[in-house]
Amino acid sequence: MSILDSKIPEGHISKKWTDYKDHLRLVAPNNRPKIDVIVVGTGLAGAAAAASLGEMGYNVKAFCFQDSPRRAHSIAAQGGINAAKNYQNDGDSIYRLFYDTIKGGDYRAREANVHRLAEVSGNIIDQCVAQGVPFAREYGGLLDNRSFGGTQVQRTFYAAGQTGQQLLLGAYSAISRQIGLGNVQMYNRHEMLDLVKVDGKARGIIARNLITGEIERHSAHAVILCTGGYGNVYFLSTNAMGSNVTAAWKAHKRGAYFANPCYVQIHPTCIPVHGTNQSKLTLMSESLRNSGRIWVPKKKEDAQAIREGKMKPTEIAEEDRDYYLERRYPAFGNLVPRDVASRAAKERCDAGFGIEANDTMEGVYLDFSAEIISKGKQTAYTAGNHNPSQEEILKLGKKWVEEKYGNLFQMYEKITDENPYETPMKIYPAVHYTMGGVWVDYNLQSTVPGCFVAGEANFSDHGANRLGASALMQGLADGYFVLPYTVSDYLAGDIRTGKISTDLPEFEEAENHVKDLISKFLTNNGSKTVDHFHKRLGHIMWNKVGMGRNVQGLTEAISEIAALREEFYKEVYVPGDANELNPELEKALRVADFMELGQLMARDALQRNESCGGHFREEYQDAEGETLRDDENFNFVGAWEYKGMDINQSELHKEVLNYEYIKIAARNYK
Amino acid sequence: MASKTININLKIWRQKNVNSKGSMETYKLDNVSTDSSFLEMLDQLNEQLVNSRQEPIAFDHDCREGICGMCSLYINGEAHGPDRAVTTCQLHMRKFKDGETIYVEPWRAKAFPVIKDLVVDRSAFDRIQQAGGFVSVNTSGRTMDANAIPIGKAEADKAFEAATCIGCGACVASCKNASAMLFVSAKVSQLALLPQGQVEAQQRVLNMVKQMDEEGFGNCTNTGACAVECPKEISLENIARMNREYLKAMVAAD
Amino acid sequence: MSKSGIFTSSLAKKYWMALTGLFLITFLVGHLLGNLQLITKTGEEGRRAFNEYAYFMGHNIFIKILAYVTYFSILAHACIGLYLAVQNKKARPQNYAYNRPGTNSGAASRYMAILGTIILVFICTHMANFWYKQKVAETVPLHVLHKEITEEQQNPMTGQTIKQVIPIDYVLTTKGDYMPFAYVDPQSQQKMELMDVKEGTHLYDKKAELQVGEGYRDLHTVVMNFFGQSEQGQPTNEWALVAVILYVVSMFVLMFHLWHGFASSFQSLGLNHKKYNGIITFTGKAFAIVVPLLFAIIPVMIYLNR
Repeated sequence: MSILDSKIPEGHISKKWTDYKDHLRLVAPNNRPKIDVIVVGTGLAGAAAAASLGEMGYNVKAFCFQDSPRRAHSIAAQGGINAAKNYQNDGDSIYRLFYDTIKGGDYRAREANVHRLAEVSGNIIDQCVAQGVPFAREYGGLLDNRSFGGTQVQRTFYAAGQTGQQLLLGAYSAISRQIGLGNVQMYNRHEMLDLVKVDGKARGIIARNLITGEIERHSAHAVILCTGGYGNVYFLSTNAMGSNVTAAWKAHKRGAYFANPCYVQIHPTCIPVHGTNQSKLTLMSESLRNSGRIWVPKKKEDAQAIREGKMKPTEIAEEDRDYYLERRYPAFGNLVPRDVASRAAKERCDAGFGIEANDTMEGVYLDFSAEIISKGKQTAYTAGNHNPSQEEILKLGKKWVEEKYGNLFQMYEKITDENPYETPMKIYPAVHYTMGGVWVDYNLQSTVPGCFVAGEANFSDHGANRLGASALMQGLADGYFVLPYTVSDYLAGDIRTGKISTDLPEFEEAENHVKDLISKFLTNNGSKTVDHFHKRLGHIMWNKVGMGRNVQGLTEAISEIAALREEFYKEVYVPGDANELNPELEKALRVADFMELGQLMARDALQRNESCGGHFREEYQDAEGETLRDDENFNFVGAWEYKGMDINQSELHKEVLNYEYIKIAARNYK
Repeated sequence: MASKTININLKIWRQKNVNSKGSMETYKLDNVSTDSSFLEMLDQLNEQLVNSRQEPIAFDHDCREGICGMCSLYINGEAHGPDRAVTTCQLHMRKFKDGETIYVEPWRAKAFPVIKDLVVDRSAFDRIQQAGGFVSVNTSGRTMDANAIPIGKAEADKAFEAATCIGCGACVASCKNASAMLFVSAKVSQLALLPQGQVEAQQRVLNMVKQMDEEGFGNCTNTGACAVECPKEISLENIARMNREYLKAMVAAD
Repeated sequence: MSKSGIFTSSLAKKYWMALTGLFLITFLVGHLLGNLQLITKTGEEGRRAFNEYAYFMGHNIFIKILAYVTYFSILAHACIGLYLAVQNKKARPQNYAYNRPGTNSGAASRYMAILGTIILVFICTHMANFWYKQKVAETVPLHVLHKEITEEQQNPMTGQTIKQVIPIDYVLTTKGDYMPFAYVDPQSQQKMELMDVKEGTHLYDKKAELQVGEGYRDLHTVVMNFFGQSEQGQPTNEWALVAVILYVVSMFVLMFHLWHGFASSFQSLGLNHKKYNGIITFTGKAFAIVVPLLFAIIPVMIYLNR
């Protein structure tokens, strides 16, 4: 029996949450101002949680490392947010969203959590509209929807290619309101550098004021981490430059188990890598797969000619193009889930059909020409022109595409200097989202009592692969509709505790620990920059713990990272002082944690002898290259317990996943 | 993509902290790929500085895909540099010539004090939002169904366009008066265009403008520089809408 | 909002700038129409028309009210404008080392305060030269028509017809007729005044001590003389050329001010609509060119026609 208690309530899945909520303990309004809550991170989950708890009357302190809560990386989500509203009357329901999410996650997510997510999804849309989030609408004034990967209904609400921005600004407006009312105290340009535990409970954090460098102690009755994912362990990813694992990792080191670290989503449609000085990868929204067709040349010599610049993609005849997703997955075609699309792209490029002229030949085409023609015709017909000329069709089609994806096309052109209306986009998979994260129970509480984790930072809802437009849904669901209930239940036990003193020895110990680490870096007389090590770490991770993994690579990765870690502490050079704005120091502290995480990811990938979702072990695939899951032996969440600096000592705990309401099956998108 | 490299000279504002006096310093950087973004060029410069034991240049940046609004920089006399409809992270070195001298300065405004080098404090924007940039609705989710009030597509689209503001501050930086009108009006407009926001439209515009004035931003003289330099192409129409809203509120308020 | 909000908030100041600006724009139209009489009509007819107009402008109660609104507008526009300029300067204590504002905004829009200040100086000199003389100092002479009457008299002794030239000054009265004001006695060659003038323009019969009418002031001649034209053709103002040049330059400045100011005032009042923006901008720019141009033509023509 595992020591992990997921605290899933009894009852039928469709009643669990409602019944559970009815029986959770409450904190009376007059008691709430006596209770402090810390929220770290102000993305969708964090801002929503801070706003909601502030509104309830708790004393909330919110922290973000950016200069404003509005900058959290939720803002970069493009495509949309799912909700089981069935506005389009195409047979959607809570159950279907639940089912699609479990299936999309390759049967590695917890049923009860996912069902709750589907249940509250509709409320998210109601809430956001009430906040003034300007979703896309139809001419009749009602909300518009679009399709996303891994589903056969239209349930994705969107605001052009900037849905994350609009939702985050909605949550930002809610938290701003509470800051204005004095219910939330905002600490921007602050980075959490340790979790403080008192008597086994999370009671505060140590944070560094990034402007003055001051190390501050903040106490609270509960600490909520909404600090996002850890994709930057790969150095190159679609994450923001500042996105990091430090807060979650510090909690891990203080006793919070870290679950499924190997589940990483490689997003299929990103702009390919172009050079050695590149700092990040740019995502092209999955929604583009609604209109674009993905292909590579059928002939290797064509692919080579393109790479050498001797041929243009538009010169390749229709019959010489391999629309490999449509070929392999006729039912879902270009709209297969992300992990499937990414692997298929890798398969073609590994086989020598890649079209990008970089070192790795990694790139495929995303072609809009067919959509431009079809929509151009449609638009002409709608306008009563039943005999449009080719030029008119192209013009109208391009206009249609521009209306739908204008900002993405513009972004693409700015980065690549190529016009995607005329020539197909070049895309390639890139690290995007991390399904793994801090292990939490049904209450979103980690194994450290009082330490809650929400949003991408936890592991809970997406299994081994996240469907498009579900991250926004989860962040807001956790923040608005789950944490206020479950955190209150926890805090009901704290109404007599009184203020937590920051003079406790636990705070002092944690502060000294942080200060020691900082001074160690600043006095280290190394010769290499932080980025130098980060890039090398990323290189190991991408090549050996990336899209395709195998025993040999993973074993090598573990020891290579161990060696790199050692070199890092010996050789890194961090300029500047502790008591000033010092971006190099910030990076060093983050990279130190990424190193440890990287090792754990490799270990987790090594223990999981199966392929599922974003975790593809080359040893476990069928003849067609599809993933082979092992439900008998690996139907569990792998939660790691930290056992000291040597990650090889970390201990694996298993939370077995029981599927009561969904029949577990091979994932088939054919 | 045929990758080319260029050599450039940089004149960059260095300032130790908010209390110290800064100055423009000169740097030389070779072999900059024209495919690099402006920030990647600065990364390269910082790598060079750190390797030669000099203090790297502090600058704000985060998402590097033009949406978080964190990056700033006044490049060659323009906010976010010479390109249009981009943030600095989306500005590419192909916009510069080999041997060119590039001036890089922080946003300059009384309301945006320099924290260090190219980093400025934009929390004045947050305080303006806190004064009224929201709809006073609780986060219970127990509102009405999202489709209960139809909103005309044209209005919804306009609200969206206003809502795309990323709060980077280029409008303030470009305005000869360091005015924050475009920023404030974008939020006022977004909410004034939607029925959900109209309920408290009057109080909102009064409160936000009051806060804007208190922060020490200059006044709008309709030069239009803000809209030209805005990476999200927020329209001057929004300022006019705010002017209308404020006039209405001023005349009607108790 | 506090009661003083309508003066202190940044937006309220914009409204005042816009409203006073728009009023001054309409004022310009009226002023221009009046001024154009200086060149559209010639001779006594022109002089009479202009002076009658000047009198009308000074005496019609409605116009008087407008005049006060104009003074207020000029003062308010200038004071608020300068205050804003100072405030705006303060909003950016440290300037950019390298700035290219020309890439994102028109020069006119950026130099409104300087242009406005120049215009203010112009208005001051302009008022000192004309308005002050007409209205305050009252040094503008009466509209007098100089005529010479040739009287034929038969010498009873010789039967010869003697032609006697008698110069007579007629004063133009507000009733529209010319009344004899003074003449030169042919015998004594002395100027004989028939009327007394009280309070500048009130005409009294010398003998009867009775008010017989009110005369017009001859602002027309003052203007003509100022810009270098006189009936005799000799220089009336040695600085006339300078005056004309300064006037033209001022109108050029006004053009720039209006170039931005016209449409800007609509924007400030929130009058921005896709459908009408084009018309507003076009009208604004046309206005900015045409009105100052017409103003400027007047002194030039006066100068050239001397």
